[in-house]
Amino acid sequence: MRVLPLALKSLRNRLGTALLTALTIALSVALVLGVQRIRSEARESFASTVSGTDLIVGARSSPVGLLLYAVFHLGDATNNVSWQSYQDIAASPDVAWAVPISLGDSHRGFRVMGTTADFFAHYRYGARHPLEFSAGKPFDDVYDAVLGAEVAHKLGYALGSEIVLTHGTGRIGSEHKDKPFRVVGILARTGTPVDATVAVGLAGIEAIHVDWQSGAQIPGHTVSADDARRMDLTPKTITAFLLGLKSRIATFGVQRAINDYDAEPLTAILPGVALQQLWGLVGIAENALLLVSGLVVLVGLAGMVTALTTTLGERRREMAILRALGAPPRLVFGLLVLEAGLLTVAGAAGGVLLMYAALAFAQGFVMDAFGLALPLSPPSMLEAALLAAVLLAGLLAGTIPALLAYRRALSDGLSLRI
Amino acid sequence: MSARLAPKTDAAAAIRLERLQFSWRGGARLLDIDRFVVARGERVFLQGASGSGKSTLLGLLGGVLLPQSGCVAVLGSDLSSLGGAQRDRFRADHIGFVFQQFNLLPFLSVRENVLLPLRFSARRRHAVLRRGEAIAEADRLLRALDLDPARHAHKPVGALSVGQQQRVAAARALIGDPELLIADEPTSALDADARGAFLHLLFDECRRAGATVVFVSHDRGLAPMFDRSLRLADINATLRMGTN
Repeated sequence: MRVLPLALKSLRNRLGTALLTALTIALSVALVLGVQRIRSEARESFASTVSGTDLIVGARSSPVGLLLYAVFHLGDATNNVSWQSYQDIAASPDVAWAVPISLGDSHRGFRVMGTTADFFAHYRYGARHPLEFSAGKPFDDVYDAVLGAEVAHKLGYALGSEIVLTHGTGRIGSEHKDKPFRVVGILARTGTPVDATVAVGLAGIEAIHVDWQSGAQIPGHTVSADDARRMDLTPKTITAFLLGLKSRIATFGVQRAINDYDAEPLTAILPGVALQQLWGLVGIAENALLLVSGLVVLVGLAGMVTALTTTLGERRREMAILRALGAPPRLVFGLLVLEAGLLTVAGAAGGVLLMYAALAFAQGFVMDAFGLALPLSPPSMLEAALLAAVLLAGLLAGTIPALLAYRRALSDGLSLRI
Repeated sequence: MSARLAPKTDAAAAIRLERLQFSWRGGARLLDIDRFVVARGERVFLQGASGSGKSTLLGLLGGVLLPQSGCVAVLGSDLSSLGGAQRDRFRADHIGFVFQQFNLLPFLSVRENVLLPLRFSARRRHAVLRRGEAIAEADRLLRALDLDPARHAHKPVGALSVGQQQRVAAARALIGDPELLIADEPTSALDADARGAFLHLLFDECRRAGATVVFVSHDRGLAPMFDRSLRLADINATLRMGTN
């Protein structure tokens, strides 16, 4: 028996309520899809903070700790790596390139990273995106600095601005006032910690510390910026370094060799693996978020059950008419399940549209504010599975009013008097 | 046509009740009918006050309720011997109902309401299609019941007067030529003039289709228009005891 036209016309007859019910479901579906999409994009963006780097090497520490300070610039290294070890490992035959990183100074809350110009050539993020300059070029001179997009944006710097570095990473610290740096390049936004980094040459880091000892300038022994240029500015230690290998197959071998390095206790980590471990820690929060949005969908469906159930009283007559015409009780049941199904389908479809509309609207803002790309890509497998789960839940929820109507249809018989 | 469904009890009778007893669960006996027979083509007026078990009797005739004991045979089929789904199909195929009021589905148009039984009964659908198109038959019935299809067929039923709605309900009950028309107080919401006119139109159409009519009402004034009239109390033993 064709119940579909009946269900459609019955819903059309209660269009206002039906639309409100579908809208409630649509909002909840848009929420759960949106959370899922942001979650997966955030995970994606997080997991691709570093790509194209085969190993990250630092002093002996936990993999996550090393990842946190070397890549995310969170916390401090417990120990440094000697320049000798760095050069030794960088020269080994399996290594294609090596980029040293020296941390410890800051500029107005942003971390300063001493490195080499190779950093701009070899650092990759996302789908192997290289770093791009929105203005200027890599540093060349000792006192040149390259700013991340966020630094330039927040502090309003442009090419040629002079900046003074602060010793240490706190907001209050002694300033290296005598040796200011000049902004020569500004990087395009990446959505990675690079955005919040001031990059200078390793020589620059050495130069501002030549006349320092134990965190303070040595009184009476100040060296001017120009005098410092003429000194040997090769660092004695660095914080960590990134390695690119000639062949990825060698990764585990090189990692083992570094972990067993005799001259100094070192740790080498695979960035992808460490990122996964780290995500496992922060992942609890995003799982909770998905759970909550899932509950919102349940609330939406509960609203539908309420809406359908409250109409049953006034529709008692309708059901009795159908029974008198020979409709079996299971048709009454099917009619209500179908109505619930139609409302859920409409809600889910509306939710998908709402989600895409919201994405299109927020795309630019989210990219600017968080460096998070939210592409208008078609629904993923997981999103399709979520939608299927919503539909199934809607049909299941529909069985509640349907069962009520079914039982009533049996007990009411043909009596139309209420 | 119903021989395949159940053993024949009396081919000549449209309705045959024998030693029928019915009570609602936990309630006192409501119906106790020793014998009640309606011949095919007969038009019977059954008078009873509200609460006398009229609606229950109609539920039994429609196969929605089953008696605790005794026999309900409609058009030769013993309804007790049919399963629930078979009784639903039997009702769809052979019986047209008209109730007191609010007979129509509010979300369907006038014509859609008239066509509705054809959705549930292949037999009635075929009966209509043998003669032509379903819509043409629906419109013919509307016209026969003094409703202009051109003006009313597409209206939502809520736009019609109560009298017009009852005529739409009659057209719906009659489409596809069911053998039995059961009417439960169909005229009680109408004024006296409309009542007579409604019955005339209804009878004309029933005569044309050869349908048996069982008309239940508390309004004795309509009785003279029928072949036979009786009070529910005459056939129901529980009422005789109760009223004495």
